[in-house]
Amino acid sequence: MEENIIEMRHITKVFPGLVANDDVTIQLRRGEIHALLGENGAGKSTLMNVLFGLYTPEKGEIRKNGKTVVIKDPNDATALGIGMVHQHFQLVHNFTVLQNIILGAETVKGGFLQLAQARKKVADLSEKYGLKVNLDALIDDITVGMQQRVEILKMLYRDNEVLIFDEPTAMLTPQEINELMQIMKDLVAEGKSILFISHKLNEIMAVADRCTVLRKGKCIGTVNTAETTKEELSEMMVGRKVEFVVAKEDANPTDTVLEIKDLSVAGRRSTKKSVHDVSFKVHKGEIVCIAGIDGNGQSELVYALTGIMPAESGEIIFKDRDITKETIRNRNLDGIAHIPEDRHEYGLVLDYTLAENLVLKKYFMKDFQNRGFIDFPAVRKYADRLIEKYDIRSSQGALSVARSMSGGNQQKAIVAREIDYDPDLLIAVQPTRGMDVGAIEYIHRQIVKERDEGKAILLISLELDEVMNLSDRILVMFEGGIVGELDPKQTTVQELGLYMSGAKRNDMREAE
Amino acid sequence: MKKSSFRNNPALVGLLASFTAIFLGLVFGFFMLGIFNPSFAGAGIVKILTKGLSSKEKFAKVLYQAAPLMMTGLSVGFAMKTGLFNIGGSGQYLIGTFCALLFGVVLKLPWYVCLLAAMLGGAFWGIFPGLFKALFNVNEVITAIMFNWIGLFLVNLAFSNTPTVLANYYGASVADRTANIEAANPSAVIPKLGMDKLFNSSYMNISFFVAMLVAATIYIIIDKTVFGYELKACGFNQKASIYAGINAKRNVVISMMIAGALAGLGGGIYYLCGTAQYTIEKVLPAMGFNGIPVALLANSNPIGIIFSALFISYIQVGGEALQPEYAKEIVDIIIACIIYLSALSVLMKGLITGLLREKGGNQKEVIEEAPLEETK
Repeated sequence: MEENIIEMRHITKVFPGLVANDDVTIQLRRGEIHALLGENGAGKSTLMNVLFGLYTPEKGEIRKNGKTVVIKDPNDATALGIGMVHQHFQLVHNFTVLQNIILGAETVKGGFLQLAQARKKVADLSEKYGLKVNLDALIDDITVGMQQRVEILKMLYRDNEVLIFDEPTAMLTPQEINELMQIMKDLVAEGKSILFISHKLNEIMAVADRCTVLRKGKCIGTVNTAETTKEELSEMMVGRKVEFVVAKEDANPTDTVLEIKDLSVAGRRSTKKSVHDVSFKVHKGEIVCIAGIDGNGQSELVYALTGIMPAESGEIIFKDRDITKETIRNRNLDGIAHIPEDRHEYGLVLDYTLAENLVLKKYFMKDFQNRGFIDFPAVRKYADRLIEKYDIRSSQGALSVARSMSGGNQQKAIVAREIDYDPDLLIAVQPTRGMDVGAIEYIHRQIVKERDEGKAILLISLELDEVMNLSDRILVMFEGGIVGELDPKQTTVQELGLYMSGAKRNDMREAE
Repeated sequence: MKKSSFRNNPALVGLLASFTAIFLGLVFGFFMLGIFNPSFAGAGIVKILTKGLSSKEKFAKVLYQAAPLMMTGLSVGFAMKTGLFNIGGSGQYLIGTFCALLFGVVLKLPWYVCLLAAMLGGAFWGIFPGLFKALFNVNEVITAIMFNWIGLFLVNLAFSNTPTVLANYYGASVADRTANIEAANPSAVIPKLGMDKLFNSSYMNISFFVAMLVAATIYIIIDKTVFGYELKACGFNQKASIYAGINAKRNVVISMMIAGALAGLGGGIYYLCGTAQYTIEKVLPAMGFNGIPVALLANSNPIGIIFSALFISYIQVGGEALQPEYAKEIVDIIIACIIYLSALSVLMKGLITGLLREKGGNQKEVIEEAPLEETK
């Protein structure tokens, strides 16, 4: 039998103004986990979309089991046993798990659905691969990790043997990531072959057999993960040496900038408080990190600090002034900058140009308006300066529509805007979410630089590496409360994990 | 580089999409004419396309109808730009009509005061959907539809119980409509500046130019001002605008007020021409709803709305000339087709972008990519 189940040879895919894949060749062996590594915009997703039939390449051929095949649309791909889990799940939210799995591949007899048969098949599959799901639950009611299992079951139900995972861990919690890694290993053990798109080196080293690196649309090479290191991979990916740990001096905290006293925030969906009785301080010149598993009240805490959600009780003292009831605009003007959790939801007006987005918090200021009219030349000039300074890349510079930019550059735009706001307090929520190592390094440097200039930084992160590397103090949040304060120099990832999962807590109020 | 900016120009693509929709709609209309009365189909489609320009009088009629259409179109388009769907144009138009006629016929005030009153009336009626949306997050479509009917019956009730506004008070025999405004208060008639003689039509006055001025103003507000920047930000992404410190709730209310004012002005313009009398009926005025196609066809662009209002008015005039061979409603069907096709504008835009790209050629794009090679 042919060793390579899938072979993509000399694939070239051109978009207007961009060669997304330039003569890329990649071989997927039977029964391996093959990682596809590259920066944002390196062409990983494009290549997989070619394989899945969503794009037609200009040049190149695809072989399955040594035979050349033509894949014109996803139906062709499915017929060839190729399945894909997209980064954003393709599920019908008010359907049950079972209905979603069979959708598009229903067994029908005389116009009636044969659900019992489908149920048995799905139940068998979920047993065989250890994918536990409640078949009758609505998608709306299950966690993101569960939804992903549904997506995987969808592929298995269609008897796919080549499984493509497009950045499957981007939306998952650390626990869910571990579970997914195990599931992937089980799948290949059962004879499936997996293509795994990621830019997270740890995951690739942990789970993949081989790794192909793309950079700017070109194939840089394929390596066995057992014979390489994270450093080597990242150098292949970025084209230069990358520092995983940003060099920084010891913090030199001075005056208190932000003080929170017994802050509580109501829940968004339930009556349970999402944040209760939280107190802490952030000083000039330090990076305080709030660590925790997603959904333990970090988002709500930030929304209360920035004014997006009201505080239920407690006080927020900013620069010796109670701002608990202040408007968002006044908090901004007072010197709070906020890199939001979700750049599409809060961070950007996607249909505005880059320039318009860069003045999102400044458009009304004297510099950018003239008797109620926007001073477009001034906006443009300011935008060009930020683009240059922060190296924000896009197809049409300041006039690019934000929606057309890559995720990494969108994030850079937000970081540029917020840092250039010259705040006294920078609240950065997952500032490197979904970014590659090169961009992460860059943003981490910026944050440390801000700290060294005497800014107070409140960092909220789900990435343990980021927490350990960047912070000067760690506060761990669990179920809406702060369960511990740790010194990153004297703690370990394992200990941090115990606090995050609620297994350990120290009830220290800030000792001052 | 120039060619690629031409290709990526969204305004141009939008324009082409609208023209394609119009063309396909007319083709469909031609088939409709053929089905209903084959022997007149050829003459019919020619009439639709040429009647509006066949004489000065007809052209005056086109302008006369275009003015209020433009206002209700602007009303819908403005709201659309700020992320709201104002389907309450009819109600606002009616309240505007009421205020204009009250000020003109009963209070005997001059036309510009009446138009101002019409705007204020419409704005007042726009507040409600805005407030409900801002305070209770009730979809503005639902509130606006209900306020259309509330507006209709309120206006009918008010007119019926205001004897001094009705036609019979000024000597006419009927009481089911408002007074002829020329007879009641000539100063409330929108000035004609002699254009009625020039065009040989009593329909001709300055209302079309007033409407154009308003369209230009709306364009400037939306695209050039700080206020417009805020409104559009709320429309595109309300959460991001809240994050940026914009008072999104206030903006929703203001947006709906402005949209209401525009529709109200439309009512004022129409009924202060001196040619129309408001008839007390249980039907919502079509003018309010026709603003929706006008805005859709123009992609909500205020300057585009000037032209789409003109166009729709133009083929309406053409359609009236189809009688007696065809029912007048056939034009409404054709317009509906054009709108339906322009509602598929996303599809249309995709097609047009694709066509332009093929023409542009791929070679160039590869050349543009050259810098990427160096960075390796």
